[in-house]
Amino acid sequence: MGFIDDKEVEAPFVGDPMDRIDGRLKVTGTATYSAEYQLPEMAHAVLIGSTVAKGRIKSMDTKQAERAPGVLAVISHLNSPKVPGHINRDHPAEPPKIGQPLRVFYDDKIYFNDQPVAVVVADTLERARYAAGLIQVKYKEEPHQTDFNQNKQKADLPTQAKRNPKSGLADYTRGKEDAYATEAIKMEAEYVQPTEVHNPMELQAVIAHWEAPDRLTLYDKTQGVKSTQKTFAEEWNIPVENVKVVATFVGGAFGNALHNWPHETAAIIAAKKVNRPVKLMLTREQMFTMVGYRPHTWQKVGMSASADGQLTGITHEAIGQTSSYEEFTESTLQQSRMMYTCPNVTTRYRILPLDISTPIWMRGPGEATGAFALESALDEMAHQLKIDPLAFRLHNLPDKDPQNGKPWSTNYLRECMEMGAERIGWQERKMQPGSNREGEWLVGFGMGAGTFGANRRGAKAYAKLQPNGTILIQSATTDIGPGTGTAMVQIAADALGVQPDKIRFELGNSAFPDSPKQGGSSTINSVGSAVRAACLELKQKLQQLAAARSGTAFSAAKPEDISIADGSITLAGNRSASITYADLLKQNQGQDIEVLTTSEPGQEREKYSMYSFSVHFAKVHVHPVTGQVLVQKVVCCADAGTIINTKTAGNQMIGGAVGGIGMALVEDAVLDHRFGRYVTKDFASYHVPVHADIPPVEVAFVNKPDMIVDPIGTKGLGEIAIIGVAPAIANAVFNATGKRIRELPITPDKLV
Amino acid sequence: MEEQKANKEGQSEQPHNDTRRDFLKQSSLLTALVLTPPTVFNAAAARLDEKVAEKFEKVPVTLEINRVKQKLSVEPRVTLLDLLREQLNLTGTKKGCDYGQCGACTVHVDGVRVNSCLTFAVMLDGKKITTIEGLAEGDELHPMQQAFIKHDGFQCGYCTPGQIMSAVACVREGHANSEAEIREYMSGNICRCGAYPNIVKAIQEVKNGGQKV
Ligand code: FES
Ligand code: FES
Repeated sequence: MGFIDDKEVEAPFVGDPMDRIDGRLKVTGTATYSAEYQLPEMAHAVLIGSTVAKGRIKSMDTKQAERAPGVLAVISHLNSPKVPGHINRDHPAEPPKIGQPLRVFYDDKIYFNDQPVAVVVADTLERARYAAGLIQVKYKEEPHQTDFNQNKQKADLPTQAKRNPKSGLADYTRGKEDAYATEAIKMEAEYVQPTEVHNPMELQAVIAHWEAPDRLTLYDKTQGVKSTQKTFAEEWNIPVENVKVVATFVGGAFGNALHNWPHETAAIIAAKKVNRPVKLMLTREQMFTMVGYRPHTWQKVGMSASADGQLTGITHEAIGQTSSYEEFTESTLQQSRMMYTCPNVTTRYRILPLDISTPIWMRGPGEATGAFALESALDEMAHQLKIDPLAFRLHNLPDKDPQNGKPWSTNYLRECMEMGAERIGWQERKMQPGSNREGEWLVGFGMGAGTFGANRRGAKAYAKLQPNGTILIQSATTDIGPGTGTAMVQIAADALGVQPDKIRFELGNSAFPDSPKQGGSSTINSVGSAVRAACLELKQKLQQLAAARSGTAFSAAKPEDISIADGSITLAGNRSASITYADLLKQNQGQDIEVLTTSEPGQEREKYSMYSFSVHFAKVHVHPVTGQVLVQKVVCCADAGTIINTKTAGNQMIGGAVGGIGMALVEDAVLDHRFGRYVTKDFASYHVPVHADIPPVEVAFVNKPDMIVDPIGTKGLGEIAIIGVAPAIANAVFNATGKRIRELPITPDKLV
Repeated sequence: MEEQKANKEGQSEQPHNDTRRDFLKQSSLLTALVLTPPTVFNAAAARLDEKVAEKFEKVPVTLEINRVKQKLSVEPRVTLLDLLREQLNLTGTKKGCDYGQCGACTVHVDGVRVNSCLTFAVMLDGKKITTIEGLAEGDELHPMQQAFIKHDGFQCGYCTPGQIMSAVACVREGHANSEAEIREYMSGNICRCGAYPNIVKAIQEVKNGGQKV
C-alpha cells in the first residue's frame, strides 16, 4: 500500500480497547523480569536477617558457611566493602535522608527484626541457601517497641511539618477548630487500618553487575529506573551515567518499588566483593520485612451536620506508624479537607516510630487509609440523620475546592455517583440495617468515594523516524502492570497520524530520557504528555525538512497535515506532494531524524485544583450465623479524564477493586510483639483475595477530558481504583448486619 | 572458571575457593560423613576427585521438557522450578512464593498441573513436562494464550504463565463448566494485580469455543 491517508487511519486510537503491545510476550513466558537475565558467571546471593528487633550483633560465626561447597563469600558488617555513600553521612545521630535505604552491613546495629545482617554468595542458589543456614549470629538484645497501641502517646509531628507549618502534613483548621464537638448532631469514632503488605507476585529481585570498577549495571525491580540510577550513583560515588538500570518488565509492585531497599545495596556489595554478577531474589517472608508496607494507622473522625444533612464540622486525626530510622509520611487526611463542602475542618497528622522496617506508599497511599475513616464516618452520620448516604454525599459535593477556593480543573464526582448507583441497583438498598435478605443471607449495599491529586510532572521523550517508516519512541518510565507502553503507543499513533503497529515504544531503561517514577497515578499525564509533544515535534521537523527540500507544497503545510507513510512523507489532501525518507535524510545532513522533547506542567496548579475522583459501590452477602462476607458485586466509577485504553484501564480499576476487597476483608500483617516479628509471612498466613473471593466487577468511566491537567486530558487512575473500596464494603456490611466494623479487616469473628 | 575469578579480588578472605570439592573433608558434610562407615569417611578425607564428588551431589535424570528429551544431572535438593529457571533458562515459569501457595510456578507433569516449586526435579525421571514456553505450536498461540490477550487476563504478567497453565488444565479436567466452578478451581493461582474477572472470561471463552485445548 505504502500510503496511509487520514481515512485509512482509524484514528483516534486514544480510547480504543486495544490489546496490549506486550501481551504476546507475557502469555508466552518470554517477558523478562529482573531475575531472569542470563549473565556469564552469575553468582547467587541469599540474605540472612536478624532474629531480634533491636540491639547489636554480638558475634557472627561464618566459618562453616565460608567452607561450604560453592560459597564465594559471606559478607556482613565485619568485612563488607565500604559503601562511599554510607560513610559520607557518618554521624550516628543523623538519620538517613527520607527515601534513603538503611545502611546495610554498615555497623552492628539492629533496627528491626529480619534486618539483613549478612549475605552469602555462592555459585548456585541451593548452595547459597544451604550455607546461609550455617551462619550463627549472637545478639545483644535491647528492649524493642513494636506495639502501636502501647506507644501511641509517643506519636509526633513529622519533621517536615515542624519545619514548615504550611506543609500538607502540618495541622490544619478551616473555620472553627474542632467545631463538631459543640454541635448537636454529631458522631465521633476511631478507625484502625492494620499493616498491609504489597506482596506483588514477583518477589523483589536484583542482578548487580560491576562491568568495571566504576561502572554498575542493575537489572532491578523498580518503579523508577532514573531514581534508582541516581540513588546508587550517589551511594557508590560514581557518575550517574556509569550506572545503568534496567526494568523492562516489573511483576507488580503497588508502590513497594518506589524506594530503594537494603537488599539492592547488599547485592551490589556482593557483586563488588566476588567480582561477578550477583543475583538476589528475596523470599516471600522477606517481602514482609525488607520492602515496605502500608503502615498501621489509627484514625479518629468527629463529624457534625445539620438535621437536613449539611456538614457543619469534620475533625480527622491520624497516627501512622514509621520506622525508628526513617520518617515515612503519607497524605492520609488530604481528602477530608477538600472532598465535601464543610465550613469547619480540622486535621492533625502524627507519626509513630517503632522498631519495625520503614513503610512505603502502597496503592492509594494514605488516601485509601483516610478514605476508610472518612467514608465510614459519612455513612455513620447519614445513618444517624436517617438520610440515604448517597443523597447525603450528593448534598455536600462542593462546586469548587473548599480548601483553597480554586475552581476544579474538572470534577465529575456527581456523575460518577449517579452512574454507580444505577449500576449497583442502589434503589434496592434498605435504610434499616439487617432488614434485607436473600435466602439465608443478609444483604447490604454500601458506597465509598475516593480522590487523588492529578499530579502531572515533567518528563522527556525521544522520538525517531526510522528508515522503514516506523517510529521509535523511548522514555525512562516503567510499567508495573497498567499497560504503560500500550497507552503510549495509542497516544503516539494519534499524534503522528500513523497506525499503532508502526510505533515501537521502549521503557524501563535508565539510558532513556528522564521520566518520573511510576507512582502517584502520574505516568500517563506526565509521560503521555511528553510522548505526544515529541511526536508533534517530530512531525514539525519533518515538515521543515520537507519544506527546505522540496518547496512550496510543504512550506505552506501545517505539521499536522504531514502523513508518515512507508518510505515517504506526503501531505493530507495532496497526494502528489511526496518526499522520500532518503531525501529527508540528505536534507538532514545524513543525521537521524530525531527529537528529544521535554514536557512540563505549566502554571495551571496556581489557578485550579486538580484531582481524579472515584466512587465504588458494593453489594455484599453476610451469613448471619458464620459471619462470612461474600462480596456479590462491585461497581467502580471513575472520573479520571480521558481514558486512553478502555480495556487496560478497566482492568486497572478491577485490580483496585480486588485490592480493596483484600483490604476490607482479609489483609492483616500481624506482629508478635514478644519478638517484634511478623507471624504472617506467606500467603497461608497473610491472605490476599483469590479467584473465589472476587465477584463480577463492573467499571464505568465518565471519560471526559480534563484539558487543564495535560494536553491529552488525563488525570490519573491507579490510586482512585482502590481508594474508597474498603469503606464501600464496610458500609455494605453495616447495611447488611447493623454492625459497624471500624478495624479492618472485617473478619467473621468481628461479625458473630 | 571459579578458580580464575576467585584469584582476582578478595582472595585472601576466601580460603575456600581453591578446591571447591574440598568440602567433603572440611565442610559440615563432614558431620554427616562421621555417621557413615569408616571406609567412606576415609575416602572423603583422602580428597575425592571431582567425579566422585559429583556422584555425591548429583543424580542423573531424564526429563522430556516441552517435547525435548534432556539428560540432566541435578542435585537432589533442586526443585523443578529452580531447575527450569536457573539451569535451563526457561524463566517463563515464575517463582511467586516457593511454598506452594501462589501457583505462579504451575507447569504440567504428564498433563497434570503441579506446583514446580514443591516438586524436586529428581522425582520426575522419565516424565513429560510442559511449561508455558511449550504451550504454543510454533508461532501459533494456544487458544488460552489468545483468550488471555483478548480479555486482558493480566496486568504485570507475572502470574500469567501459571494462570494459563492452570487454566488449560482446568478446562481439560472438566472443571470449567461455570463461572463459579472456574473461580473455585483457579483459586490456587493468585493474581495480585487482580485481573481475576478477565481471567475467568478468557477461560469461559476457550471452554465455550470448544477448541481443542
Ligand atoms: S512459587 Fe510455587 S506456588 Fe508459589
Ligand atoms: S498479572 Fe500481575 S499478578 Fe497477575
